[in-house]
Amino acid sequence: MSDTVVIEAQGLAKQYGQHVAVDGVDLRVRAGEVIGLLGPNGAGKTTTILMLLGLTEPTRGSVRILGKDPLREPLELKCDVGYLPDAVGFYETMTGRENLAYMARLAAIPRSAVEERINSALSAVHLLDVADRLTATYSRGMRQRLGIAELLMRQCRIAILDEPTSGLDPQSTQELLDLIQKLSRSGMTILLSSHMLDVVQTICHRIALFNNGRIGFFGTIEELAAEIGGGTYVIDVEADGVDLSTLATAVDGVKSVKPVNGHWQCEAVRDVRPQLAQRIVAAGGALRNLDLRRARLDEAYGRYFGRITNDST
Amino acid sequence: MTAREGSPFRGVGVIALKEAADHLSSARMHLIMALVLLTAIGAVYAAIGRLRDTTAEDPYLFLKLFTVAREPLPSFAAFLGFLLPLVAIALGFDSINGEYHRRTMSRLLAQPIYRDAVLFGKFLGGLLVIAIALLTLWLLMIGLGILFLGLPPSVADIVRSLAYLGATLACAGVWLALAIAFSAAIRSPATSALAALSVWLILTIFWGMIAPLLAGMIAPVDPLDPFSVLKQFEVQQSIARLSPQTLYAEVTAVLLDPGARSVGPLFMSQLQGALYGAPLPTLESVLIVWPQFSALVAAMILLFTVAYVVFQRQEVRA
Repeated sequence: MSDTVVIEAQGLAKQYGQHVAVDGVDLRVRAGEVIGLLGPNGAGKTTTILMLLGLTEPTRGSVRILGKDPLREPLELKCDVGYLPDAVGFYETMTGRENLAYMARLAAIPRSAVEERINSALSAVHLLDVADRLTATYSRGMRQRLGIAELLMRQCRIAILDEPTSGLDPQSTQELLDLIQKLSRSGMTILLSSHMLDVVQTICHRIALFNNGRIGFFGTIEELAAEIGGGTYVIDVEADGVDLSTLATAVDGVKSVKPVNGHWQCEAVRDVRPQLAQRIVAAGGALRNLDLRRARLDEAYGRYFGRITNDST
Repeated sequence: MTAREGSPFRGVGVIALKEAADHLSSARMHLIMALVLLTAIGAVYAAIGRLRDTTAEDPYLFLKLFTVAREPLPSFAAFLGFLLPLVAIALGFDSINGEYHRRTMSRLLAQPIYRDAVLFGKFLGGLLVIAIALLTLWLLMIGLGILFLGLPPSVADIVRSLAYLGATLACAGVWLALAIAFSAAIRSPATSALAALSVWLILTIFWGMIAPLLAGMIAPVDPLDPFSVLKQFEVQQSIARLSPQTLYAEVTAVLLDPGARSVGPLFMSQLQGALYGAPLPTLESVLIVWPQFSALVAAMILLFTVAYVVFQRQEVRA
């Protein structure tokens, strides 16, 4: 990851008549980052993406991607930016390979390189065996993977994925996430929108929380957890014979303790497992389990939007 | 806003060839071309039978292949004029909304091409397919003619029939542009097909009835003024010419019949000194229908522009 800013949006806004879809979005993405755009449906994620790509003209604000303006230099920009739309479609009377070959010709990839690039892209997404079947026979997961193959084939520097995992079964979701991580490791900057929190948490470096056409929060998951209050670390404690709620509050760094489903959930600003274990054993309790994990995004998300609605009412 | 960079025509060729390939392999195209071929062969076969019966020596035997009809079949030219708009509509009615329907539009536009290229490519692809089909038909006709009449066509025959081919392509272009305009403006392919077909029905079948009615209202005949009859006729003709089918019929009539001298009213005084039935030189015939031909091309460009404006302003959300 470097410090070069590849995507920069300032005061981006889009109005459809009276309806404000996006209301002043600022975004700075550095090269090599994976950014998750997160928010409920209708929060303005897709409209923001379309404006970044230059497919929709913003009412106000400006966009610079790789230093170029999507409205004035769209061709050069689109050579470097790949887009995988929500529920991607393909020409169903053509095979997967033919679909890719068509896009390769539109992207003006040199003829000599096309064949090889298509094959390596298809094998990277594990579609080589079915490449010569009509895309009409592809499952949803296969279509999404074919869409990823297109980005690989075009060797984009930035990939924008709109709801890449929506409607996929857990196994396909995991496969797709692995692919996206592979893209990221190869140096691609990735922007993905989702309303599935676990998706974003496992692969994104930073997240942007969308609400009512604005970005309410932009930063890492830890920063989000810190902003909302509560610790960054969550420790699940199973212990008998002690009352942890009184015991643990004395430990430095513990923010709160509450009983959840027969165990205690302890939020802390750092790893306090040794101190906790010491106290429990010293108090004569039987320690069964100490489990440290990061704050889950859905917890933070729920609290964040809970707070937003509480504030507005 | 300052000018955008890059050529709007980048990718036009790729899209046009892909569209043409799609059309040529689609069941829809096969079906409609089978229909055209069958009717064409039927019409030509009937014409040949009739020509053998009646004309032993006619200087424009080959052109007669296109125009001569034997009951109950209409002539080849009449068939083509009727069916060609149908072919063009079949090729164009889902060109834009079909991309939305398949959810391929945003991915297509995310490629390094302008929207212009998509529309141009679709139009050229359709036109290319129609041109190939027309050329095939034309060669088939010439072949059948040589085979059954036993005569090679003259140079004038070839030039006239090629000019006719060009006019036919322009007429098909009008309908293709209309179908594409509807496909850009209407989101459902079925609705846009119906809309294009109803325009076709109105302009092909009902326009001939509507024009005299309108002319009667605009320029009523005054029984005391003989020139009012002429006036009404001219008004009626102008209204009728709003339909590309009328223009195309006039072009056909003059190009395929060297004896035809005018598409409008002709006075006895204008015919003074003329040899009745004597053929016009090919170039003269072309000059007579040049305005009609230009009008067809203009209509095509106009409709294409409408499609262009509608498409450029559209939100891409699928």
